[in-house]
Amino acid sequence: MADHAHTETLALRVQFDDEAQQKDASTLGMWIFLITEIMFFGGMFAVYTVYRNFYPTVFAIASSSLNEVIGALNTGVLLLSSFTMVMAVRAGQLGQSKAIVWFLILTLLFGGVFLGVKAYEWNEKFEEHHIPGQAAFHLEGVAPADQGHAQLFFSIYFAMTGLHALHMIIGVGILLTLIVQANKGRFSASYYTPVDVAGLYWHFVDIIWIFLFPLLYLIDRHLGK
Amino acid sequence: MSDPNEHTHIDSVGTYIKILVALLVATGLTSWVANIDLGPFSTIVALGIATAKMTLVALFFMHIRHSTKLTKLVVVGGLLWLAILLLLTMTDFATRGILGVPGK
Repeated sequence: MADHAHTETLALRVQFDDEAQQKDASTLGMWIFLITEIMFFGGMFAVYTVYRNFYPTVFAIASSSLNEVIGALNTGVLLLSSFTMVMAVRAGQLGQSKAIVWFLILTLLFGGVFLGVKAYEWNEKFEEHHIPGQAAFHLEGVAPADQGHAQLFFSIYFAMTGLHALHMIIGVGILLTLIVQANKGRFSASYYTPVDVAGLYWHFVDIIWIFLFPLLYLIDRHLGK
Repeated sequence: MSDPNEHTHIDSVGTYIKILVALLVATGLTSWVANIDLGPFSTIVALGIATAKMTLVALFFMHIRHSTKLTKLVVVGGLLWLAILLLLTMTDFATRGILGVPGK
């Protein structure tokens, strides 16, 4: 044990042999958490798959009522935020503490834009009476007997984009905390694990959206033409 | 203490910009191709593009290509469980009603 004795730092807690081992342990732990998140979202993707198989035409019509251009632009905004996030991690690797703060702020900004656009889109659904459970629910181009199946699409739409937005809001909280810590100069080239691990979370949320966008917005768009 | 960056691979800004551009182009491509009638292949193309985008994000932005073998194994294992969830669920829904119920 004697040769393991060392002064404890943020980068090297007493239970680890060296900094690389601690870093690998943090990364692995975060990935285990992300796997549980994949399974969590996976259940919803399974629900989506089952019902889209049952009612493919209704799902295609309901999907085409979403604004494809706004959806694509918002995807771009989220991808940009992933880019600035990875740049913040890179700044951490290089020990540029000022750059970490600025890239985290940019990430927060793009994340905020995404959530704002999402709120606008949701509001549009309320105005169009595309809210499941609403007495006034009516989707144009769908037979009266199939209105219930259209409501099912919008239930899935709101549940999945809502759960995704919730993850974004949690991400915003994480980013704010990191910005405060980074601004105090807590991170350096030898210790930037919180930025790194938060980056993994942010990119994971991005990946969920990468699948949500084509699955919700882009079902058989050609049918409407 | 050893240099903390000894095991850290730092990618260049250029690499990240290339990945970002590829992701944005793929987003445009998937939006464009959705308006073309490919029959049942529409879904396959959409999911193919999404999977390619996921792979780029995971390999480069999430640094999987520089991760330890254990982390890589955990990620692949996780995707395997997701495949079990989706595939076994669908084997049920896809095969219901294939065989008649006796006496009905």
